[in-house]
Amino acid sequence: MQFRLLSLSSILLTFFCSISFADSKILATSAATSLEGSAGGGIVPWAIISGYGDTGEIGGNFSFTTVNVNDFRLDVTSFNLGFGNRLELSYSHHDLHVEPLNLNIRQDIYGLKYKLIGDLIYNNIPQISAGIQYKHNKDSLIPDLLGANDNSGTDYYLSASKLWLAGLFGRNVLANTTLRYTAANQIGLLGFGENGNDDYQLVGETSIGIFLNPHWLIGAEYRQKPDRLDTVKEDHWKDIFIGWFPNKTVSFVLAYSDLGDIAGLPDQSGLYLSIQLGL
Amino acid sequence: MRETILFCLLFAISSCAHLNNQAPLYNQLGEMEGITKIVDSLLHEISTDAKVLPLFSNTNIKRFRSKLSEQICDISGGPCEYSGDTMEETHRNLNITRNQFNSLVEDLIRAMEKNSISVPAQNELLKRLAKMYPDIKH
Repeated sequence: MQFRLLSLSSILLTFFCSISFADSKILATSAATSLEGSAGGGIVPWAIISGYGDTGEIGGNFSFTTVNVNDFRLDVTSFNLGFGNRLELSYSHHDLHVEPLNLNIRQDIYGLKYKLIGDLIYNNIPQISAGIQYKHNKDSLIPDLLGANDNSGTDYYLSASKLWLAGLFGRNVLANTTLRYTAANQIGLLGFGENGNDDYQLVGETSIGIFLNPHWLIGAEYRQKPDRLDTVKEDHWKDIFIGWFPNKTVSFVLAYSDLGDIAGLPDQSGLYLSIQLGL
Repeated sequence: MRETILFCLLFAISSCAHLNNQAPLYNQLGEMEGITKIVDSLLHEISTDAKVLPLFSNTNIKRFRSKLSEQICDISGGPCEYSGDTMEETHRNLNITRNQFNSLVEDLIRAMEKNSISVPAQNELLKRLAKMYPDIKH
């Protein structure tokens, strides 16, 4: 047993030593880590593949995010890897603290994203990627009470991202649009589907940002949400954010998010803070 | 709270507009003297960039320095006409990868930062150079 562990760890070590954790992409083009673990903005996944690895290289991030709104606190730990600026794998753990009830709802999200076509900067066709997010809610008590159909579900999405050099006032402009096909209620924290039905819906999400200089990005996001549970209302999400990329190993995102009604508690808004550490 | 942040954002954006110098790019880069300084800083950055340095092993640096300055003068609207070889010709046998191209872009950004070129002027030059990407990349 010990021998097998030892040989497994040496294989892993060899693997990690032989690949180059590289920095070939331009600063800030690794994006931040979105709430669900995929490279993106704060609440919207982008077509960008995580990390700074380009052709033949690997990149990735650890990130820690906390969102504090009136009656909830969501803590997110994520890890993602980008392979050859083509394929991205991600894992994200959500821990939602429901303050009025003093209980937690936890969720795991496994993501995969593949760049299909185009290029973020050097091509007229924007970078377009397709992705899936498999979500498993581990505390289905509240989702069940509210009428959710399932404790797990898969989101499918298509994203387009484009950076325009000197796009506005001489500043570089980054825009992203995502189409998502989902059965999730409140991104899965309140389960999936409703009353015996998956009820998949198509929603649109968008982020737009402007680089004040290569290190500072300000912008806004909008995420359309389904509103399928009869018992409680679900609102579209929006935020305004500021991202700081001092170098390729660490970055920060601070946002003010307006998440609307969550599980019957209205007007949930507050600060979003994320720290991302590059590999 | 929301209004305050929105106001700060709008203020930040409007101050960008204010900084957007309307002078031609050639002047914003400091004319021929400034452009030559940027190219010299770029050569210095390249000399410490292990990723792109091998591409210059057969390059006549003196000629490269003068032709690149002339080319930047030309595309920034200055009184020069680029007289060197086409981008396709000069890069044909170099098999330049995306990684190397990106690395060179970052060298150029650092070179412009060192010479205190404004962000809009930096972005505008990068935009004009980025158009050559299909001819340069392998």
